[in-house]
Amino acid sequence: MEKIKGYVTGVNGNMVSVRVDGSITKNEVGFILVGDTRLKGEVIRVNGDIANMQIYEMTNGIKVGDVAEFTGEMMSVELGPGILTQVFDGLQNPLPDLARKCGFFLQRGVYLDPIPNRDWEFTPCVRKGDKLRPGDALGSVPEGLFEHKIMLPFGFKGEWTVTDIVPKGSYNVRARIATVEDARGNKKDLTMVFSWPIKRAITCYDKRLRPDEPLVTKVRCIDTFLPVAKGGTFCTPGPFGAGKTVLQHMEARNSEVDIVIVAACGERAGEVVEVLQEFPELVDPRTGRSLMERTVIICNTSSMPVAAREASVYTAVTLAEYYRQMGLDVLLLADSTSRWAQAMREMSGRLEEIPGEEAFPAYLESLIAAFYERAGKVRLRNGKVASVTIGGTVSPAGGNFEEPVTQATLKVVGAFHGLSRERSDSRKYPAIHPLESWSKYTGIVEKEKVDKARSVLFRSNEVNQMMKVVGEEGTSSEDYIVYQKGEFLDAVYLQQNSFDPIDQAVSPERQRYTFEVLYSVLMTEFNLTDKKEIRAFFNELRQMFLDWNNTEWESEAFARQEKSLKALIDSRKK
Amino acid sequence: MEKVYTKIDSIVGNVVTVRAQGVRNGDLALVGDSYASVIKLDGDVVSLQVFSGAMGVNTRDHVKFLGKPMQVSYSDDLLGRVFTGSGVPRDNGPALNENMIEIGGPSVNPSKRIVPKNLIRTGIPMIDVFNTLVESQKLPIFSVSGEPYNQLLARIAMQAEVDIIILGGMGLKYDDYLFFRDTLEKSGAMSRTIMFIHTAADPIVECTLVPDMSLAVAERFALDGKKVLVLLTDMTNFADAQKEMAITMEQVPSNRGYPGDLYSCLASRYEKAVDFEGAGSLTILAVTTMPGDDVTHPVPDNTGYITEGQYYLKNGHIEPFGSLSRLKQNVNKDTRDDHRSLMDGMIKLYAAYKESLEKKSMGFMMSDWDEKLLKYGNLFESRLMDLSVNISLEDALDTGWEILAECFEPNETGLRSDLINERWPKDKAGK
Repeated sequence: MEKIKGYVTGVNGNMVSVRVDGSITKNEVGFILVGDTRLKGEVIRVNGDIANMQIYEMTNGIKVGDVAEFTGEMMSVELGPGILTQVFDGLQNPLPDLARKCGFFLQRGVYLDPIPNRDWEFTPCVRKGDKLRPGDALGSVPEGLFEHKIMLPFGFKGEWTVTDIVPKGSYNVRARIATVEDARGNKKDLTMVFSWPIKRAITCYDKRLRPDEPLVTKVRCIDTFLPVAKGGTFCTPGPFGAGKTVLQHMEARNSEVDIVIVAACGERAGEVVEVLQEFPELVDPRTGRSLMERTVIICNTSSMPVAAREASVYTAVTLAEYYRQMGLDVLLLADSTSRWAQAMREMSGRLEEIPGEEAFPAYLESLIAAFYERAGKVRLRNGKVASVTIGGTVSPAGGNFEEPVTQATLKVVGAFHGLSRERSDSRKYPAIHPLESWSKYTGIVEKEKVDKARSVLFRSNEVNQMMKVVGEEGTSSEDYIVYQKGEFLDAVYLQQNSFDPIDQAVSPERQRYTFEVLYSVLMTEFNLTDKKEIRAFFNELRQMFLDWNNTEWESEAFARQEKSLKALIDSRKK
Repeated sequence: MEKVYTKIDSIVGNVVTVRAQGVRNGDLALVGDSYASVIKLDGDVVSLQVFSGAMGVNTRDHVKFLGKPMQVSYSDDLLGRVFTGSGVPRDNGPALNENMIEIGGPSVNPSKRIVPKNLIRTGIPMIDVFNTLVESQKLPIFSVSGEPYNQLLARIAMQAEVDIIILGGMGLKYDDYLFFRDTLEKSGAMSRTIMFIHTAADPIVECTLVPDMSLAVAERFALDGKKVLVLLTDMTNFADAQKEMAITMEQVPSNRGYPGDLYSCLASRYEKAVDFEGAGSLTILAVTTMPGDDVTHPVPDNTGYITEGQYYLKNGHIEPFGSLSRLKQNVNKDTRDDHRSLMDGMIKLYAAYKESLEKKSMGFMMSDWDEKLLKYGNLFESRLMDLSVNISLEDALDTGWEILAECFEPNETGLRSDLINERWPKDKAGK
């Protein structure tokens, strides 16, 4: 096929206009040739024979008349074994390899193969003559902890017959392992690698299911009160310094899923470094292996080119969908979707589109919705159930949740974990606001009880507001007990010490168990009248419960502490 | 490429357009005798941003393209010198044209970054003890017009234990510029200092170049193994200059008139802060004045999302509350064994002092405990918080113990007993 070419006619920031000879596809990838470097870009608008391209690199040095080449393919990622444990930039460039090649700095125009060039032990699962549809497995290779399925590329249409398949053995990742033929007799050779456009959702499954199974994050406040479901979506907006990233790292560490994809989109590079240093050392309690073995990091930090930042969240979600196709549960954590939205705003401004609210483009909402809709729990054709769960942080300007990105996100997510500066200032972590946040999913604890516990929290907050006006003296003992109950719930259950080896991750069994005790405290009527007495009682209770939280689950100390805790509760029961 | 164009098509704000061919985006040009850079190409129409402003530019003025991007000279000769935002000497020294390097270069590969581990001593207890500055950190100083933030920067420039100081001034009052120059000259720190100064009277475009020039030079020194501290004042002026230029370029404003790429703009500068493995490091301290003392204003707000903590400079001292160095945990465990506990303990007591002070101002009775706290608060403010205090970290910790001993019984401080046994000043006990 003849390559379509063009010539640069204009440059404005990272947008380049090109006059094209021939046909062109929207969202097609092209390169601008500057000297001997090739700068990657994507066609985002076509007008007559002028194509507007957003360039994923700095545009310095481009001049009118420079040659542009088009690939005929949309912006894609390479899918194949060897993706796990890697650190990519937004365009799936492996950053450590890039560092080995170019040193300290990110040199523009250098694109490396994201799939490591190595041999894999391939085991076929089909025979000659078998019929396959896109997404069906041909065989598998062992990738770390998982059976990495080698599938018929998602882009193949209809049914294909296997005409040749290699026997079990070791093959290079790019070597031919099978040949397939469609109904019309078109033959295609297959390797372990194929590509897929990042902005197109992978839908090679049988059926999408309702997200009804809780995704355990081992954060009490989330699992019990604001649950997330496998295949669901949630967002975490919060002002700077409220602990968004710390919370996400906790989720990445402790969530009970097979694979975690962390997309650091337009945030500080230092935070990614923390993950890079920390994760290889941490052990995944479920498998006993390093946490890094189930992790992929997509890292397009704030100083890296803006257009690639826009691509990075799509790259991340495409990789998530790819692993879902193998029957795995995948969690995608995007930090922060606001930076992604800002990248769209910058491009929209350069295209001189009519701006919407706060100059965000009018299509912001539909793009955010489309992104979150790529999450989902599905039943694959082989009957396996798998899921992609998406959690995104939002960094609202001035910490004000009324801004467009937060609002557009709230419309489409199933759970809202709003972080509050007030709580983080008073060192109450995780700083998720228990009253403003919500979740539409079912959690690990009976809903009725959770609702009752929440209503205690609401009432306690009301009493607290009232007390600020009338003072402690003007509050009745009953109200004061409700207030203390709410504070107790907050201190011993909602707050969690992410630095304590035991308290930092709480298993669902333990959560159910301790919640029952907590619930009994909330529902018990106590034989207390004097405020000083009430305060002293709850102080003691709190201290005991906190110590209980720090004992090992099902240990002797745990049972002992439980006993004295219950004795204390019973001693004041009405 | 020595072709000279003599027909300027349009002059809008600081941007002129001229019809020319073969011009590269980002290249430098001479318009009359002022430098300009290519910011947009559209067919053969080239838009140029004139550094010294388009005032007085004639449509017949000569436009000459230099065929290279904006550069700055890099050598040890820079030390002790003062330049404008476009790199022209501001002192009486010679112009430097050797060993030119590009400004606004590519960013550091995240996988080459390392976890910061060295502290920078400044001799200011509120920084060293309570919110330690760490090599490769980027920190803003949030302040309000009228506060002594430039005095603070000058003190840091004189006292900080680094190899090279680069001071980038944006929209400085001329007096402030003279203050910086004279203070650093008098203290002898000038010989390790390089200044890029844009004063309020200078053309606005140069203001936007100051951080890029400063950071490009700083980066090279860091790569050559030097510990570099970049001081920028005031980033709000930088953001306002970006706003002014964006509006004259008819860009769609996003929030309070600032361009939509304000975050990326600030981030690409702040993210230059880095610790090069096996070489030097680059640390950034940048004053950001908050218009109307409002931290949700777009400039401090965006800055807060980028930087690793912040210092609040209010009422002439660095606020212990609100100020935060996110990286201090990386270093304050290795300084002295009492550092962390003493830091936490003293801050808690200071918070209690603030409560007592509030009670006092509301006319409540002062208990013995309140009186102790009030005494403590006053000593804390005068011996540690005052900006003129210049003592080492160890001396500051010792001073902390002395203050505690003068005000409290050991068991009132909430500090661990083993620390108290080891550190409590014996001669002061019981006073």
